[in-house]
Amino acid sequence: MTKTISFILNGDETFCDIRDHWTLLHLLREELGLIGTKEGCGNGECGACTVIVDQLAVNSCLYLAADVQGKQVQTIEGLAVHTGSLHPIQQSFVDNGGIQCGFCTPGMIMSAKALLDKDPKADQEAVKHALAGNICRCTGYVQILDSVAAAGRQMAGKKTDKAAGFSDPGSVTRQPGDQTAGEVTR
Amino acid sequence: MKPFTYLIPATVEEAVALFGQHKETARYMAGGTDVIVKVKEGWMAPDYLINLKQIPGLHDLHKNGATGELTIGALVTHAELEQSLLIRNEYPIIYDAVSNIGSLQVRNMGTIGGNLINAVPSADGAIPLIALDGKALLVGPDGERSVMVKDLFVKPYETVLTPGEILTKITIPAQVPRTGSAYIKFGRRAAMELPLIGIGVLLVVDEDLVTCTRARICLGVAGPTPLRAQKAEQLLEGQPVTSELLTEAGKLAAEESQVRDSVRGQAWHRKEMIRVQVRRMGLRCLDIIIHKARQA
Repeated sequence: MTKTISFILNGDETFCDIRDHWTLLHLLREELGLIGTKEGCGNGECGACTVIVDQLAVNSCLYLAADVQGKQVQTIEGLAVHTGSLHPIQQSFVDNGGIQCGFCTPGMIMSAKALLDKDPKADQEAVKHALAGNICRCTGYVQILDSVAAAGRQMAGKKTDKAAGFSDPGSVTRQPGDQTAGEVTR
Repeated sequence: MKPFTYLIPATVEEAVALFGQHKETARYMAGGTDVIVKVKEGWMAPDYLINLKQIPGLHDLHKNGATGELTIGALVTHAELEQSLLIRNEYPIIYDAVSNIGSLQVRNMGTIGGNLINAVPSADGAIPLIALDGKALLVGPDGERSVMVKDLFVKPYETVLTPGEILTKITIPAQVPRTGSAYIKFGRRAAMELPLIGIGVLLVVDEDLVTCTRARICLGVAGPTPLRAQKAEQLLEGQPVTSELLTEAGKLAAEESQVRDSVRGQAWHRKEMIRVQVRRMGLRCLDIIIHKARQA
């Protein structure tokens, strides 16, 4: 069955025609062209597809698109502001070598953001607990944890979600098949 | 994923009616962390998926001030339980069990009711509810009934629920003073892993803070369904709880268990861990009781 849903995607009010069995991951990548969110296992085991729905980190591969009706969705594309300056967490991953191949990175950053938005002073145990569902196959997690800790310190210093590009929602209508939304990441 | 029609009822009655309409071509879904995987993998192929998440009454989490009874709506997520101060302070065994289910992403979606109904032998969520003598309320086409959580499970992936029935809530009777409870998900790693063995212990002691008046020893992955080691419980009840007695209880519980070899671990290892962890969890229960007694 097809239905129309509306939700806030990275600050923009978004209307989409969806099919009932689409996951949020499918909607983002295949229909809206937001390919920053990755598909790893597709079964909620790896965390590569992590996005934030109403402040909670979720696996978009297990989240039905129909369920975002009326909700706020944040993806990696929503983090950097359009002038090009990165979100503190993104910048911190760059500065601290938290990226190797990069496939797990959007998920790592979204998990980190869900945590630090709530508690920028999260200690290392809390960071580990929050990121335990994000698997990195390149190498160790030390630089990733360091990146999150450093970002937390910076975010605790200046609580600025405005800088993250989540200011007032504009009104952009995106339809399935509209690929323009993906340009930010390419 | 095979296409299906997604139905979003607003009440339990409406959900049951929708199921009645579509019968075995329909499936209920709570958080979706198990059902969606099963649909994706083709283990389940419903034409209609009935989402229970929009039903307001199923998200309750509160303790009745007058009776002390705890109500956990079936759609309460693991993360909501993990983050609840009520759960953390008064029901540590629930906190211990839910805080390492899957990952935070999974806990933000997955529900306690779904965890029970999925009925895996390792269900971390079931063990504490059994230890706390929890009761499940089932609502279906023929009305309501309640079943002790320990009696919900028939075999792996099968519960006593009849077609169309919905688990709506779990109630936990008031805890008596001087209750301690603890759970350990024992395995190689905490996150994104099923336990090698799950051990939950609940102890109630007399005013002397030593004599056990009630013991619950519940095991996950120790048989086809979560189970209680009742001989070990009986050994403790009426006796002064000591480290030595807990060791004996651990041995009995290991003997009572129906552990087996699997890809994740060997039966002998599981038995050893039951033996060790029953004692450790028992000691943690005593620590909790004594700590609370000092505070009072």
